Amino acid sequence: MIDDTTFWLLTIGLGIGTFAIRFSFLGLLGGKELPDWALLHLRYVGVAVFPALFTPLVLWPDATGGEVDPVRILAACAAFLVGLKGSVIGAIVAGMGTFYALHFLT
Amino acid sequence: MTPTKAFWRGYLDCAPFILIVVPYSMLFGVVARDAGLDVLQTMSMSVLVIAGASQFTALALLQDQAPVFIALLTALAVNLRMAMYSAALVPHVGHARFGTRALMAYLMVDQAFAVAVKTYEDRPEMTPDAKVAYYFGAMMLICPIWYGCTFLGAVMGQAIPDSWSLDFAVPVCFIALTAPLLRSLPHVVAALTSCAMAIAFGWVPWSLGIIFAALIAMAVGAQTELYLKRREARAA
Repeated sequence: MIDDTTFWLLTIGLGIGTFAIRFSFLGLLGGKELPDWALLHLRYVGVAVFPALFTPLVLWPDATGGEVDPVRILAACAAFLVGLKGSVIGAIVAGMGTFYALHFLT
Repeated sequence: MTPTKAFWRGYLDCAPFILIVVPYSMLFGVVARDAGLDVLQTMSMSVLVIAGASQFTALALLQDQAPVFIALLTALAVNLRMAMYSAALVPHVGHARFGTRALMAYLMVDQAFAVAVKTYEDRPEMTPDAKVAYYFGAMMLICPIWYGCTFLGAVMGQAIPDSWSLDFAVPVCFIALTAPLLRSLPHVVAALTSCAMAIAFGWVPWSLGIIFAALIAMAVGAQTELYLKRREARAA
């Protein structure tokens, strides 16, 4: 269960912080440019954060009490392969579809 | 192009993204309910933040019982890319009034931003006012759908039984967001580093391992890019 206070602190903080990021240059910094080192690292934020989030969720899911579940790993691979073709929704459909199909079969 | 025409052009140019935004926002609504949020909480998050990937990140970490500041830091890191969007928009719409720019900042979402900047570059003859109108046209299509479909998902989510294992939709979403990003060798190296480090730091309490893994992976990606550039320069 998610605690109410925790939820609201996080949501309000995330709302304000996200607005500050979006408003930064457009609102306050005007024509200033991001330094090269920042642009270089920003290019890798997505590929650095997302795998760190999904790896434990796929390998040790709470739903199985932290046990490795081959069905989830195969479904994750299916989502990844379809995602490589560039379709976000296609990847979600492939991942959940494989997951349900394999669960139904086993 | 008059501002009115530009507004509707922006609106129509973003129409194909309905196909992505509808299922994605509904899924957020459903998964948020599954995680134990009520409808008001789910909607508050979608309205205050309007950034799907960071909302899923916050949700995953909350469920994992991570401390607030870690969940906040990680979710904000996911949104840092928008600082680049913000900078990219300045030459086109930086002339607008302060309040207008604040509203533009609030509405800044990935797909509509990409469409707007591409149009500005393809049509340098657009007047500054037309550019602002085009921007609002693009965002006005995406944002109401984002709110509405989150709500639909949140209401429908109640009817979905636990046996559907919707918890698995969260990692699948992140995989779906990652795969299209692997467009160069340094991106692949960074992603693999992130996976390996997440496993290596799995024992670290409070989900801090995710932050370590992300920081190391970001540095590894950047260094790989610099290394490849140096090697190319030497070969030339």
